[in-house]
Amino acid sequence: MQIYLPIAEISVNIFLILGLGGGVGFLSGLFGVGGGFLITPLLIFYGIPPAVSVATAANQIVASSVSGVFAHWKRGNVDLKMGLVLLGGGIVGSTVGVWVFAWLRSLGQIDLVISLCYVIFLGIIGGMMLFEATRAIFRTRRRGGPIRRSKKHQHSFIHGLPFKMRFYRSGLYISALLPLAIGFFVGMLTALMGVGGGFVMVPAMIYLLGMPTGVVIGTSLFQIIFVTANVTFLQSVQTQTVDVALAILLLIGGVIGAQFGAQFGSRLKAEHLRALLGLLVLSVCLKLLFDLVIEPKDLYSIMPGDL
Amino acid sequence: MSVSMRILMAPILLVALTLALPILALGITAKKASADPLVVDLSNHLVAITTGFTGTKVLLFGAVENEGDVIVTVRGPDQDMVVRRKERKIGIWVNSESARYKNVPSYYASASNRPIDTIAPQDVLIDYRIGLQNQRFVAESDLTDDDHNVYREALVRNMQTAGLFGERPAKISFLSNQLFRTDIHFPANTPTGTYTINVYLVRSGKIVGVKTTPLVVSKTGISAEVYEFAHRYSALYGIIAVIIAVIAGWIASVAFRKR
Repeated sequence: MQIYLPIAEISVNIFLILGLGGGVGFLSGLFGVGGGFLITPLLIFYGIPPAVSVATAANQIVASSVSGVFAHWKRGNVDLKMGLVLLGGGIVGSTVGVWVFAWLRSLGQIDLVISLCYVIFLGIIGGMMLFEATRAIFRTRRRGGPIRRSKKHQHSFIHGLPFKMRFYRSGLYISALLPLAIGFFVGMLTALMGVGGGFVMVPAMIYLLGMPTGVVIGTSLFQIIFVTANVTFLQSVQTQTVDVALAILLLIGGVIGAQFGAQFGSRLKAEHLRALLGLLVLSVCLKLLFDLVIEPKDLYSIMPGDL
Repeated sequence: MSVSMRILMAPILLVALTLALPILALGITAKKASADPLVVDLSNHLVAITTGFTGTKVLLFGAVENEGDVIVTVRGPDQDMVVRRKERKIGIWVNSESARYKNVPSYYASASNRPIDTIAPQDVLIDYRIGLQNQRFVAESDLTDDDHNVYREALVRNMQTAGLFGERPAKISFLSNQLFRTDIHFPANTPTGTYTINVYLVRSGKIVGVKTTPLVVSKTGISAEVYEFAHRYSALYGIIAVIIAVIAGWIASVAFRKR
């Protein structure tokens, strides 16, 4: 059954889009990730204009983060103060990002920048995940012991920065500049790539800020809601590329898929899951890289000029 | 069902139109008075893009009083187009040079009862701008003639790939010596706006009659309203999009709460 998307202005197969949302939802339930970094490239592969894919994915992530944050909020796993500081940076970063997005679009370079961002980030993160997970798999096989954790509260240049703030929930006394900068950077990624940015935010919170792992996911989800909401709003105003119909279809599929994913995931070992996710991320990265490197079928492309 | 109905309707309509012709003729202005009798109509003057739209076809039918050749051209609303060329830079393909064209039809198709170049000589076709190769695209950028040709070809090729420029003229079939019909195809990505359909009657290489009829392509139903709303009240649209997502997320978390 075909449905005409009002903003993307193309007909799509309704079951294919539902299936796409469901598949990514399954994976996000399985691996405990947002899935934005998979849904945007898949929409682009399907033929949805990149600009619409990115803006609509941001809208979809608002919903998936809201549904995820409740459980964490109830268990007190959200560091509100840290979340607000990250959010401050995130709002500024995503606003700048939407502006850069519109500017790149007028230059005809937005597709390239989106693809390059994906290749770089998916390549680094997928590679690291796969490397770390395979090491863990072999280590547990050999010794059966847990993985050595790095020392907490290491002192580095970070602790010399001004504007120190106390974050009681995380038990940290650090400069506000660092979470602001992380928020800003991830906000830019949200605007340019249509991702929640959890895959950058979570490691940054653990390794750069030194936050306890228990509050990381909840706090990251909390601030992602507002940053993606900001991107949805600004893209609607500036580029009119948010397709509500597409977002709703992805949502429905995603919500259902995530439930199956979560059930299935509890049967697999954590490091096996991470290795699988790493492989998946790397294959999306390679597909995007491949499309950039091989000679296109037609070297010329057209675009209406009245943008 | 509707197409076969329309085919049946066509002769009836034609009879009605032919009867009405003398009356119509009185209303025709002086400069068109010399034109040969040529009657044309469409099965539908409005193509509605609804939520389930996957493309459609419109039947064009008409009658000539005396035998002749017929050419039909369909032209969508003009728009500016940017053509970009990719170049390899450090291993990846990057958009580099571009050219901007004004007054490019967003849709173009033609039809004729036999190959167009056997109906009329080239200079007549150029004068009336009949056929894809006789459309004049004005480049806004400074281009050499060679570059212009390459970009122009790329523009046409891309529009053809998108299904918006007809690859070759469609067939007009004559039911008798006087009645003719042809289908005009519109793909799923048909641009909206007012289209101009010109029907030319040609006799021994000279255009002896022209009829112009408009066709409107517009979005209707929910998708049209969503589009309108997104462009007119974009801030409100953004807020609503966020609210929908928040509610959907909340419902999902309640519905699938672990028991």
